[in-house]
Amino acid sequence: MSTAVAVVLLLAVVAYAIFGGADFGAGFWDLTAGGPEQGAHPRHTIEHSIGPVWEANHVWLIFIFVILWTSFPEAYASITLTLFVPLTIAALGIVLRGASFAFRKAVVQLRHRRLFGALFALASVLVPYCMGAVAGGIASGRVPAGGQAGDPVHSWINPTSILGGIMAVAAAAYLAAVYLVWDARRLSDNEMTEYFRRRAIIAAGVVGVLGVIGIFVLRADASYLFQGLTSRALPLVILGTLCGVAALVLLLRDAPRGARLLAVVAVASVIIGWAVAQWPYILPQTLTFSAAASPTGTLTAVLIVVVLAVLIVGPGFILLYVLDQRGLLPEEGAEETPAV
Amino acid sequence: MTTTLSVLTGMVFVTPVPWARAQMAFTLGFHIILVPLGVSWAFMTLIANYRGLRHNDRSALILAQRWSKFMAVTFAVGAVTGTVLTFEFGLLWPRFMGQWGEAFGVPFGFEGLFFFTEAIFIAIYIFGWRRLRPWTHFWTGVPVVIAGIFGSISVVAANAWMNAPSGFVLDSNGNVVDVDPIQVIFNPSMPWQAAHMLVAAYLVGGFLVASVYAVGMLRGRRDRYHYLGFVIAFTVGAVATPIQLGIGDGLARWVYQNQPVKFAALELLPNTESDAPETLLGHLNDNYTVSGGLPIPGLASWLSDPSTGKNTVVQGLTSVPPDQRPTVRQVNIVHLCWDIMVGLGTALFLLAVWYAVSWIFRRRMPQTKWFLRAAVVAGPAAVLAMEAGWVVTEVGRQPWIVYGHMRVEDAVTANPGVWITFFAVVILYALVGTTTILVLRGMGKRFRATQGFTDQDTPYGPSALTEASIEEPAKAEETVG
Repeated sequence: MSTAVAVVLLLAVVAYAIFGGADFGAGFWDLTAGGPEQGAHPRHTIEHSIGPVWEANHVWLIFIFVILWTSFPEAYASITLTLFVPLTIAALGIVLRGASFAFRKAVVQLRHRRLFGALFALASVLVPYCMGAVAGGIASGRVPAGGQAGDPVHSWINPTSILGGIMAVAAAAYLAAVYLVWDARRLSDNEMTEYFRRRAIIAAGVVGVLGVIGIFVLRADASYLFQGLTSRALPLVILGTLCGVAALVLLLRDAPRGARLLAVVAVASVIIGWAVAQWPYILPQTLTFSAAASPTGTLTAVLIVVVLAVLIVGPGFILLYVLDQRGLLPEEGAEETPAV
Repeated sequence: MTTTLSVLTGMVFVTPVPWARAQMAFTLGFHIILVPLGVSWAFMTLIANYRGLRHNDRSALILAQRWSKFMAVTFAVGAVTGTVLTFEFGLLWPRFMGQWGEAFGVPFGFEGLFFFTEAIFIAIYIFGWRRLRPWTHFWTGVPVVIAGIFGSISVVAANAWMNAPSGFVLDSNGNVVDVDPIQVIFNPSMPWQAAHMLVAAYLVGGFLVASVYAVGMLRGRRDRYHYLGFVIAFTVGAVATPIQLGIGDGLARWVYQNQPVKFAALELLPNTESDAPETLLGHLNDNYTVSGGLPIPGLASWLSDPSTGKNTVVQGLTSVPPDQRPTVRQVNIVHLCWDIMVGLGTALFLLAVWYAVSWIFRRRMPQTKWFLRAAVVAGPAAVLAMEAGWVVTEVGRQPWIVYGHMRVEDAVTANPGVWITFFAVVILYALVGTTTILVLRGMGKRFRATQGFTDQDTPYGPSALTEASIEEPAKAEETVG
């Protein structure tokens, strides 16, 4: 049963990476879009694309936390005690990001928009970096079992964490750019299609280079993970690489539709590969999922919640996403304020 | 970098308990103001939406649409402050979560589910104004209301569990080895506390929204739009008030029976006695005597159990050892907040009676400016009453985090840096709070400036203007701003 909950946890992490990651990545492109005039057009495309869905994505993170603290409380205590600093920065970053995005939409003066825009974009880079660093700290076995605090500094400032952090930012930017190509195309905006296509290709290159560097970093710094990745998780790593390369080829050939799906599969298979590689440990080599698991009653309740979520939230989420992707839901804020 | 950090950590070793407590209290106290809006505003919006569609009332429809936009802002802020709370459970209270997460966490699983539902349907509702058919769109708002209700019940169930922990089995080392999720959620304190908070959400949301329109009406904006905004919201608050007094009375009796020390703190009662007085205001001294205040003889006993009246024995603070009761300072905080909550609740009740009497006998809301002035105050007063109520239940539980099982100082993080995060959080939240209010005000002004819709710009159906404003957002900004 603890395996089932672990799978749910993994799916939530993947969903957060894919949906939330795209949001954070969009913030990265917002940050790098340049001055107010030069960057107005891409910023508008970004806002249009993430507007309706952005709030839904914190829910994945909340789900991850809730599953962790109900189902694997000991591991959760260890993680929060050890990785206090990056988690705190991430939490503060989420406050800044969420609030400033909402405010940027609500305020009209350019000066205010720029301020909130900058905060939004900065936080969008900071949060995925911290999340990646946290993942790196866990994956490299720097979080001890038993609800104890590990090294408060080296647990997140270490080669694997730095790799994880940069990788998270780059992967988020990559996903976002691929989505944005598709969005711009849907709006028949050729200029933006080209703009984000170029950026998607660059980001794909960066992710690829980081992946190669990662091989060496992990071999030196996270040996258990490296062994896992090169043995039982190898098929997933290969799948991820193939999808990534295929997506790049499609982007170069200007066929973004398939690229979107391939990019998602690539990112998802790398994350699933990470989980398979560190299996059966939730905290590598000190605490297994089954040893950390809560009593059966709690795990049953968690699984019931998951089933209900699929039944209740699933249709709503699909409806929102379909409506959004079809462009049926207009941009917020337009209808009641006639421009004259 | 590393050495600087460790030197800093070494230099400023501060015990984390008071800081963690302060940060949790501050973030919860902030979040809880947004909760009533998330829970009850959707309901009020749907009332306006229903009126607008059923009676073809343009003002009501405009009201519903604008409310949904304001709601989007408060919901967004609430979503992030809520996310911070999920971080804080682990960051500030890791030992609590580590030991009790398997039981305490269960209600949060369901809360997550309802929050998820609420987030999605609120997005569909807000963004669906113009591209869904009117009644279809109306119905997409209903799940928001339902999810809000069950979501807040779930969260309060978790807090109630801290007051009345149940549904688990401990081994000889004190570890949780078996959990019954149903008993965890439906713990003895849950029905009372959940009802009290849910009705509070409608009470506070109603009075808070109404107070904004009361200000508008006092400034001479006596149009149908402001009238509807006031009447819908104030009626929701006014209906909730008497219900809340009844639930509050029941909850107090539950506390009397199950958390006698907390009850002694809120009644300011040092010694166990019958014929216990209800002291209004007053102060507990370090030597456990009460000074000041206005004691009403026998009332506390009588209220605790009317069947035995004045003879009801009420347990005092000194009935348990000092380390199992709140400190004198905490007792004084609890008692003061208790007085504030009950006092403001009673005042709001009288205001609601005024409103109801006017409707019953004159078929209209009270017309005097004094009523509107009172209604302006009612919003902040309701918020204050709710905050005071939370202080009563949280500080009154001290020194326990899990009543009778785990003390707060055993739950806290070992991390000495909490004081830094406390200040960071306070500064950040102060900014967020100020900006939220400014943004909401700005939106209101902008809405007023545009005078609602033009004929081209009806709430439903696509509009030519949308495409134009997408293409030239900057131009639109300049015109509006």
